[in-house]
Amino acid sequence: MRRLETLSDQIARTRREFLRDATGVALGSTLLRSPLARAASLPRNKKVVVITFGGGARDQETFAPEGQENVPNMLRDLIPRASFFTQVVNHGILGHYVATASLATGAYETFNNFASVAPENPTVFEYYRKDLKRPSSDTWVVAPSNGFNRIGESSHRSYGMGLGARVILPKHLLTAAMSSGHTDYEHLLRDNYETPYFTPELAGGGEVELQQLEDLLKLSVTDFKAHARTLSSPDELSVYIARQLMRQVAPSLLWITMHDIDIAHAGTYSLYVEGIRRTDRLCTEVWKMIESEPEYAGKTTLLVLPDFGRDADGDPGGNGFQHHRTGDPLSRTTWLMALGPGIREGVVHDRPVDSTDLVPTIGSIFGFSANYSQGKPIQEIA
Amino acid sequence: MLPSELKAEQFSAYPPGSKALAREYVETLRDLPLSFVPGLLRELIEYDYKFPAERRALEKELNNLAKLSTDDRKQWMQGFASISTSSKLEHFDWINLPAQFVEQLSAHLWATHQLDAFRAAATSYADRLNAAVPPQEPVIPRLGIAVIGEGVDSYSEPLFRKLRPHGAYFSKVNPENGLDVLLDAVAERAKKHGGDYLHWYIDGGEPGAYDKTITGVSYERLEPVRNALLQKMHSELTKPGMGPEMLRTVMAELRPADLGMTSSDPVLARFQVKVLTEGSGTQIFSTSFAQWAAREALRRAQPVTLLVRFAPRQRQKPMSEMLAPNAERPELDPVGSLVDADMGAYYNWINQQRLPGGEKSSFLAWFEGHNTAVLIGPTVPRGTESSDPTTMKQMLSWIS
Repeated sequence: MRRLETLSDQIARTRREFLRDATGVALGSTLLRSPLARAASLPRNKKVVVITFGGGARDQETFAPEGQENVPNMLRDLIPRASFFTQVVNHGILGHYVATASLATGAYETFNNFASVAPENPTVFEYYRKDLKRPSSDTWVVAPSNGFNRIGESSHRSYGMGLGARVILPKHLLTAAMSSGHTDYEHLLRDNYETPYFTPELAGGGEVELQQLEDLLKLSVTDFKAHARTLSSPDELSVYIARQLMRQVAPSLLWITMHDIDIAHAGTYSLYVEGIRRTDRLCTEVWKMIESEPEYAGKTTLLVLPDFGRDADGDPGGNGFQHHRTGDPLSRTTWLMALGPGIREGVVHDRPVDSTDLVPTIGSIFGFSANYSQGKPIQEIA
Repeated sequence: MLPSELKAEQFSAYPPGSKALAREYVETLRDLPLSFVPGLLRELIEYDYKFPAERRALEKELNNLAKLSTDDRKQWMQGFASISTSSKLEHFDWINLPAQFVEQLSAHLWATHQLDAFRAAATSYADRLNAAVPPQEPVIPRLGIAVIGEGVDSYSEPLFRKLRPHGAYFSKVNPENGLDVLLDAVAERAKKHGGDYLHWYIDGGEPGAYDKTITGVSYERLEPVRNALLQKMHSELTKPGMGPEMLRTVMAELRPADLGMTSSDPVLARFQVKVLTEGSGTQIFSTSFAQWAAREALRRAQPVTLLVRFAPRQRQKPMSEMLAPNAERPELDPVGSLVDADMGAYYNWINQQRLPGGEKSSFLAWFEGHNTAVLIGPTVPRGTESSDPTTMKQMLSWIS
């Protein structure tokens, strides 16, 4: 573990130096602030939006100097307004569903990544709803593929059944909306790249039914199909649905899981980088939506982080960007960006943060306790 | 069962060469931990279909393990012995299905947070093995060649950014007959320094004419095999209860004959099937095929000459559509393929440099039909640029 810590620290330093040069941000340890002052600046009716910058992006294609050309929107529009954590280490299993579930529970889940199962530990949605007595309509997950349909609710006996988030699978919705051929929408229905030959069957979960398109999202099937035709990828479809949710339902806890980047598994570098550039643009769009929607403006914390990285070019056990199989430091070390009221702007924090710290941090923002989480609140955000 | 219970007759289903080798070293295998032995058997069971370099390395590894004293062997295996396995793994048929066992073990290591410990054990073992049995130096310094960008008329973004710091960048290369010159150079090396599987030409499309002394692999010429594979995958997926692990097992068991492949060279046929069944994206994207085939050729055959030509891949479509067998010619994406190939060339160089003799190796990457190239070699100044007119032959002469 010593090697992982040392290398994660080096990766963090590279990110910090780059961000300092590129955007003029300051080092977090020099900007201490009273927690009371922060509490005073926080609005009531807080909301949190989480985006997982997925599935799996490396430093050298994002926040390392050579990667800057792929994230121009975040560098220009988000970083100067964010607290940026350069060293978020994922000690868990590096499969997208199990890792995203671990992010959502704050505990390293160990189930089979390709199985359609619920997380074993309570999710952030269950803590939120049970402790704060919130209705299911207040927590939503927008997930990219059918494999994520169980992510909203755990199998934990003290939480679980009926306490989870509503899960919407835009691709599933689009498939349901199409009464005939798929011809115009196939580009939005791309499958799970990690196991391109296999998509778990839908079972259980809380995915929205088709009629809810109209009831909840105030979208006619015709309008939905017409707009979908103008989009270019599954993640664009996810952000479109998220926008409708924010406008029509305005959940207080919204979780958006991006996945376009995972095309990297097919070994095509150009498509991987294209996925990163698209995700960069979409993250910025979500922030603009937050700032422009009255229900969200001024009271929303946006948290953006990859679920994990990808293998280093130099690791002989892998094949560079293509996979995340080696468990090397580059594939485990990622970043976290936090924006919103009470969060220091333009600050970079070098200290190590664990992937499991996300849920307790959201708990501190909302005021619930993540009892079964293995992480701890990130003081600079919470 | 555990390795300590191994008996010679349990290898009866192995091919002849593998069987003989396993039986010869059964006593040594008995003394090794469960987290290690199936990994070794995964290589051993393929012995009959391995390249000469792989066979030599495996024989030396087994011989070295056999020669170690009991105490030394214990020390070498300490890291692996400390890995806790499970009853499910112990009951798995790891003798006959070692590759599938390794996959199950990998899942177990992730789930039990033992992956880092396993990596440390594997690294320590490899270091000891390299010290005890130094890898064989190549008969001549290696030469790698990457030809990228077929079908791209113009491209304004900088190319070879990752390779340039390691060598010299040329911006006025005469592209005339470039591919022929390179293929001739490979053939010349093959004639001077003959040997099985020492000189390779991998083409992501239809190959140019090449000398029969060169080992050739082509994505285009494997089209019937690729279609048979996609057909097979398609039909397997419709079976009830099929999941990713099961499909991987089915694919791992496919042999050249199962895909209608008839070849006088069973070793090369098996290699090509493995590239298609074990590589990710190799079945559908020619750029992924060329890069992965090159990686595997370098890792396994350790050639002294390798020319890889990347060709345009099909444009991205839904994965389910790309995996469906289709008689129509797909729409191509030449510019995207150039970007893929630029990275692929860099990976080819990295993989070449991992082999013994890396400090003497050379590498040439060229934008096909255009004037730009990068040359890397022990005598080539790093991070330099030249705008002097030059030819492919001249560049080759500087690294030969």
